Amino acid sequence: MASLGKIARRTFLVGAAAVAGGVAFGVYKVRTPYDNPLEADLADGAATFNPWVLIDADKITLIGPHGDKGQGIMHTQAALIAEEMDIQLDQFETSFGKPDKAYWNTAMADDGVPFMFTDRSFPAESMRTIMGGALKLLGLQGTGGSSAVPDSFVKLREAGAMARETLKLAASNRSGIPVAQLKTARAAVQLPDGREIKYTELAADAASLTPVTDVVLRDPSEWRLLGKSMPRLDMVAKSTGTLEYGIDVEVEGALNATVVCNPRQGGALNSYDASAAETMRGVKKIVEVTGGVAVVADNTWRAIQAALMIDFDWGEAPYPAEQDGHWQVISQSFKDDHLDKEWRNDGDVAAAMAEGSAVEAEYRVPYVAHAPLEPLNATVLVEDDKVTVWTGHQMPRMLQQQVAAVTGHKPDQVDFRNHYMGGSFGHRLEFGHVTLAAEVANQMRGTPIKLTYSREEDFAHDYPRHIGMARGGGAVKDGKVVAMDLGVAMPSVINSQMGRAGISVPGPDTQISAGAWNNPYSLENFRMRAYRVPELAPTSSWRSVGASAGGFFFDSLLDELIHAAGADPLEERIRLMQHDVSRKVLEAVGEMSNWGSPLASGKGRGVAFVESFGVPTAEVIEVTNSEDGIRIDKVWVAADVGQVVDPVNFENLVQGGVVFGLGHAMNSEITYSDGMAEQANYFDAEGMRMNQCPEIFVKGLENNPEVRGIGEPPVPPAAPALANAIFAATGQRIRELPLYNHIGFA
Amino acid sequence: MQLVVDGKSHVVDVEEDMPLLWVLRDELGIKGVKYGCGVAACGACTVHIDGVAVRSCQTFVSDVDGPVTTINGLGTPDAMHAVQEAWVEHQVAQCGYCQSGQIMQAASLLAETPAPTDGDIDDAMMGNLCRCGTYPRIRAAVKTAAQKLKEA
Repeated sequence: MASLGKIARRTFLVGAAAVAGGVAFGVYKVRTPYDNPLEADLADGAATFNPWVLIDADKITLIGPHGDKGQGIMHTQAALIAEEMDIQLDQFETSFGKPDKAYWNTAMADDGVPFMFTDRSFPAESMRTIMGGALKLLGLQGTGGSSAVPDSFVKLREAGAMARETLKLAASNRSGIPVAQLKTARAAVQLPDGREIKYTELAADAASLTPVTDVVLRDPSEWRLLGKSMPRLDMVAKSTGTLEYGIDVEVEGALNATVVCNPRQGGALNSYDASAAETMRGVKKIVEVTGGVAVVADNTWRAIQAALMIDFDWGEAPYPAEQDGHWQVISQSFKDDHLDKEWRNDGDVAAAMAEGSAVEAEYRVPYVAHAPLEPLNATVLVEDDKVTVWTGHQMPRMLQQQVAAVTGHKPDQVDFRNHYMGGSFGHRLEFGHVTLAAEVANQMRGTPIKLTYSREEDFAHDYPRHIGMARGGGAVKDGKVVAMDLGVAMPSVINSQMGRAGISVPGPDTQISAGAWNNPYSLENFRMRAYRVPELAPTSSWRSVGASAGGFFFDSLLDELIHAAGADPLEERIRLMQHDVSRKVLEAVGEMSNWGSPLASGKGRGVAFVESFGVPTAEVIEVTNSEDGIRIDKVWVAADVGQVVDPVNFENLVQGGVVFGLGHAMNSEITYSDGMAEQANYFDAEGMRMNQCPEIFVKGLENNPEVRGIGEPPVPPAAPALANAIFAATGQRIRELPLYNHIGFA
Repeated sequence: MQLVVDGKSHVVDVEEDMPLLWVLRDELGIKGVKYGCGVAACGACTVHIDGVAVRSCQTFVSDVDGPVTTINGLGTPDAMHAVQEAWVEHQVAQCGYCQSGQIMQAASLLAETPAPTDGDIDDAMMGNLCRCGTYPRIRAAVKTAAQKLKEA
């Protein structure tokens, strides 16, 4: 264990580096709240009490600044506010609001600090506070890392309570009745005599008051909405084709564009011949953009057809042209000079393994595309004093900066209108499609340009999940696992992703080790080393990021060791698990799945446990080795997020995470040949289909002292639980994803 | 060319080989119909021609030989089709982008097979990709919709 002084010094360095750029750093600055952005456009007679609540004479508007990729966070944000404000779900409108520092994410730093989620010691908490402060000073508004619920859970209830108390004060002033005798319900202040004054009627009065900030949050036992199943606010629109996604935006006078960039990502455009495309029906203009060409037409299909007629001469890829070359670089990186960090060195691994390793294994995970169903798109209008952007995105303020850098405007001249997203899985953390749309629109100022990627272009320019390899072994004794030694080598996804945004992140990359060092088992002897591979193909955060790879490595190796010891896979995991909250998760999944009960011949059960984003998650999978291949019959999941905000949405997200994890584990990868992705459409990287989908049983536990998000944590255990189940059913140990390169699926 | 979409007649001046999807989205502004893959691999663009589910991204507009129904014509927020009601009841959607196609596919299945087995549901729905993984809820909603249609 490092000494406190050493950690404090490192802490300061990280904190200082994270705010490099000359921002003053002091407690005062960190504690001072940002101005309320809603005040700038406030109409006469309208009131706002904080950046999340706006009321005028006609309506109540709740601002949910977190991007909604399908996880239902707009609903959740609104429900947190509505709970404390005593308004019904049909009594307000919602808005994503404008990008603003006031919406900085208070929880996004939690997963970026090099401490276990169980570690609530002074150094760990200090680091979280410092990193959080740095994000505030940067005004980092963003959605990712399963942080939206942790960020919002207290903050938005407080916002609702402040609004409620201020409205009560306004009602008291008007009626002469003391605040203590006033109650609130159904978006109105209730007077003791049975009369009520609607919030909208009080807006003008409340606008002149200083908002009440000293509020007490309701006890969960009093909740009307939270903790219960709520009809999601977007559900009817999404079931009737009436929700407007970015790709559906219609702006008066807009033209439709598509883009073709060098499929060798980051490679140059040497030359092109667009003469055949130029004369095609509907084509308005063909313009050069960074690394490629955009076709602007009156119809998206015509733009895509014309783009297919352009002849290109592309430059070389800045990474190995063939997939084998990528693996070669990685396999050569398990060396001291590539050591990014030794994350764990508990006990004495060398001594424990002196009599020989029970298992020696190498594991691999591939590049994987995000491929959300709504293709990348953005609509941009560039005018001399203003830029307007319509799309769905996870990082509103960084988007402003990126667009401004293209058009030469100031970031606050970029009016960004966020939209519901047709999936993301990390894809819409990236800016390339938005800046390309801005490049086109900047060359056609005054004309709104709606850029839509073809699915093939989307696949070719997906920055996939990073590739990775692990080597490991361990020792067993008297039927128990006594040592584990795990080395993981990957390129730094954080470096690749943040590098494209012009940000350099110092220190070790937490995502090389995520899922591999942090599972709170008490192995007597455990060493985990992370090796940083030089950058290969550009990569980006993919749902659960590093844990999607590290979880597979760690849990697969642990499973092999348990089998080598002759122990029961669930019982041995429970024996090794000293962390109370996590052990209960394992016990719960064992009970749900009736672990240990007899199975018919040809069937097998596997279990896996991975902690990611502060959520201990365990999954049991039952498979049948059928004549047509492996069939996944049933999955049981137990996860502890501290507080389940909505049990039905929770179940849906967990089931979806399992399907996402299993589908990619089965059959999805991106491989490079001649510098280009070999997979061009869903035929090549299918994911899971309806006919392959197992029954999925979900239990949310609430023992976790921290309230956490559930978007990502169900993904990492899915792949190892499936591989472990296949081993149980067939005796075949598969150490490489996707599994279908080694075994068939029904 | 003349097209009847969601009960309304339209005249469009487009190439014969323009896919119906793009006529609906970019010429007629019917945005409930979604572009996902362009090669009939995802089902997001599913509409009905004469009540039968087709992939509009692979249907030339000149081949359309009957009235077209889109998700926007199947039902509306104030007057939903039984399948849409079942989707809301089961809280199926996550991102929702594939659900227009899922619902149109399910409505077509139920028109032909009013009491589908799990196998029937899998066979009919396996061409509709859901990247969010809402399949368990889709399965349940199709069964509820079948029940609703039977009682109607």
